[in-house]
This record gives sequence, C-alpha cells and structure tokens, in this order.
Amino acid sequence: MNQSPSMERRGTEKIAPPASIAITLHVNGEERKLKVAPWTTLLDALRDRLNLTGTKKGCDHGQCGACTVLVDGRRINSCLTLAVMKDGANITTIEGLAKNGALHPLQQAFIDHDAFQCGYCTPGQICSAAGLIAEGKAKSVDEIRELMSGNICRCGAYPNIVAAIQQAMTAMGGKP
Amino acid sequence: MINFQYARANDVADAVRQIAADPGAKFIAGGTNLIDLMKEDVERPSRLIDISRLPLKTVEATAVGGLRIGALVPNSDLAYHPLIKQRYPLLSSAILAGASQQLRNMASTGGNLLQRTRCYYFYDSATPCNKREPGSGCSAVTGLNRMHAILGTSEACIATHPSDMCVALAALEAKVHVTGPAGDRAFALADFHRLPGDTPQLDTNLQPNEIVTAVELPASGFAKNYSYLKIRDRLSYAFALVSVAAALKIEGGSIKEARLALGGVAHKPWRNPAAEAALRGQAADPAVFQRAVDVLLRDAKGFAHNTFKIDLARRAIVRALTQAAQGTPQSQSSKKIR
Repeated sequence: MNQSPSMERRGTEKIAPPASIAITLHVNGEERKLKVAPWTTLLDALRDRLNLTGTKKGCDHGQCGACTVLVDGRRINSCLTLAVMKDGANITTIEGLAKNGALHPLQQAFIDHDAFQCGYCTPGQICSAAGLIAEGKAKSVDEIRELMSGNICRCGAYPNIVAAIQQAMTAMGGKP
Repeated sequence: MINFQYARANDVADAVRQIAADPGAKFIAGGTNLIDLMKEDVERPSRLIDISRLPLKTVEATAVGGLRIGALVPNSDLAYHPLIKQRYPLLSSAILAGASQQLRNMASTGGNLLQRTRCYYFYDSATPCNKREPGSGCSAVTGLNRMHAILGTSEACIATHPSDMCVALAALEAKVHVTGPAGDRAFALADFHRLPGDTPQLDTNLQPNEIVTAVELPASGFAKNYSYLKIRDRLSYAFALVSVAAALKIEGGSIKEARLALGGVAHKPWRNPAAEAALRGQAADPAVFQRAVDVLLRDAKGFAHNTFKIDLARRAIVRALTQAAQGTPQSQSSKKIR
C-alpha cells in the first residue's frame, strides 16, 4: 500500500545520516564501551554486540518479558529501551546473577521446582523475579502472580515458577 | 526499526527549543509505547529528543494541599509512593491495574497521558486508519471492533484511550501542566484528551512543541470510599474492556460528592456530570447507582462485536460504586470481584 504524505517522515532529507554514538554500559559489574546506532535497542546491544545471548528476544514488543534485565536494580523490558538512553547505567543480565561459581538462589530454585520446560522465557522470568524480590512488594502468592504477569511462559510452568520464587524469597530472607 | 537522529535535552527549555527546531522530532521518556510504534512503522520520527534525564521526577506538596507529580515520575514509583497510597489510593490502584511491573518501571507519568490507542488497525499500517493516516478511512467501524468505543465515537474513529492511570486522574480532577514556546499553561484532565470527531489523528489538545511537565492532584483524594474496577479478557496485563474509577464522599448515609470515570469505552477517560449529579444527595444504594448508570449510558452505541460492553459497563459501574460505598475497593492482586 502506498504511503500518503502524512505517513512520510518530515525533514529526513535535510539531515545527515546519524553517526554511531559512543556509550558505556556497566554490564554484570564490567565496564563495556561500545558504539551504537541510535535505533539499537538495549536488547540488541546485549545480544548482538556484547554476545550476552542469555537475554532472549521473544516478542520484541514488551508483551512477553523474555528480554527482562535489571537496569540500576530495576527490572525493565530491554526490547523497548534504546541502548543510547542507558549510557552509564548498571545492567544485570542472567549471566550476572551467579556469583563465584554458585548459582543465584532463584536459579537454584528454578531447578529445584522444575520451573521450566523449554527454558526460553526462563532468563526473563529469573531476572524479573530478582527485580520483584528487590522491590519487596509481593507478600502473598496472589501478589507474586500479579507482579510476575509481565513474563509469559507458553509451556505453562506458572505454578512451579511461583513455587520457585517463594523458595528463593525465603532463602534470601524475604517473604513469603 | 527506522533510522533516526538522537539528542539529549539538557533542561526543559532546551527540550522545547530542540523540538521546535525539527518538525519530525519527538520526545522520548520511557519509550514503552513510542519504540513499539516505531517498530510497527506507525511512528516515524526523524529525531528522538531524550528527556528521560530531566529533573521532573519529584512528587511535591502544593500550596493548596494537593500534590504535584513530575512528568518523569515512573508509573511504579507513583503507584507505590507513600502519599499516593495514603491520600490517593484510587490513583495507585488504577496504575497497578495497568501494564506489567517492567513496563511501569519504565513508563513515565507524562508518557502515560500521551500513550496511543491499541486499536489493531492503528497498529497495522497495511489497513486504512484515520488516526494513523487521516482521510484513509476507519477499518474498525466495519471490521473487528470488540475492544472499541461505545461512547463519544465518530464516523471517523471508534478507538479507545488505553490508559488506566488517566481514568483515575479524570475522577480525581487532576490538572496537566505543560510548557512550550508560548510559555506555561495548564489543562483540566478532562480537557486534555479529545474526542475523535473528524480529527482522530489528534489524541490530545497538547500543541506540537509543548511538553508535559507535571500532573497536579487537588487536595481531595477520596481515600475512604473509592474503587478501581477493571474488566478485561485475562486477569492481568491486558487492556480494559471496561474500567470504572468510582469515588464517593458519604456523610450520614448520603452521597455528598460523587466521581465516576470510565476507561476502555471512549477516545478519552469518560465522565458525565449529569450521572454524578444523579448520585449527589442520594442514599448510597444499588437503585440509586442504577439511575446514574442509566444517565451515563443513555447515549451508548455498540458496534458489531462490542455491544456487550454496554451491559458490562452497566454492571461494572454498579459494582464499583458498591465497592466504593462499602469501603471495600477492588484488589489488584486478588482478582475476586466482590
């Protein structure tokens, strides 16, 4: 279908092609300097530029949660964030959760409770759960379910995911 | 995604200068809606001006006993802010009824006001849509319109405004503060969003080079008798089919003041002063609520797939008013509707 004039971008002929922008991301405690085009999402920068492919691209529209990472300690959808906007930020991905060879309590709990089948949503589920525990707002199973609703599991492992999060919350000194 | 230029704004005045210098430029804050629309080729900015670092992130008391919420306060921070939870729980509840925690962590207060409809034809650039491409026609009027509006529609557009936060802000009679090349001005929330009429491409009355700086809440928060009841196709993380923000002031069994705003049914958060007047001075009982509903939905008009919304709205309003009157607001985590 042809685009009407209103659909076309205004002013594009007058501007020079955008240059790559130098940014610094502190990823899993490590300083990473890179140049990115403005339209590079944080998700693509992590996966394609820094080879951190643990973070998954599911829907790429903020609907599935597979791309969830922690930015300055808060869980967000990395597919709906531009890497340039996060210049200077601290980013934690699934690769950064284990410490000194020991699994993070959430990773261990997901194994203990068999909280996945295909595993594709799991890095996002675990990063999201890490954010949930840090927020400290979930005090009941209902609240865990509600505050994890941004992470879809098409295998339907939800009951086990909730059980795993409960175990990790207890292990980490939270409730319930 | 399309290619574009990127620049950061140093302060609010710089943001206004930068947007005025490029007619194809757009502001970006949380990005949760804009980047999605850019991936869909619906929004095609030549330049993004990053306002996310501007100092508009505080919640401050106003001289008249209300609160001034900076435009960049994230939705999650606002929902959990102690003063919002305590004095404006209707707003907190409505925010927590929308999106996911990841999105609420990113989305800004100003951006929530400016989010665009989730009408699937608006998102699909292969179909006509008067909002996306003025004059091309409305695919929803004769197409799949289960999620669409039943109030205030026009032949040009039957899209709904997707926000939950704005429904509560409408009920609370918030003000929107903006600034632009011509200086500062403020809107009543009710005057901020528009009905589609024959210009559905315009969601709001914000002028092209203006920026939202704050949302102001008046002193009265209706913290005792309120409820935000959202009905949707799944229990969480879905847009409203119908949502109701109900707020009452009850003295001696009689309704002194009533606010009622609906989401998911119109191009803007829907209020009807006559319906609220029908509640004032009356007993807080279902027969009274029903009369207000009759007034509110008198002109409701369904399309092929969404006529059910009229009855759904009727029941949801009565239920939300009952919850508000009883002081038992709808929980946003336990989904049982009582």
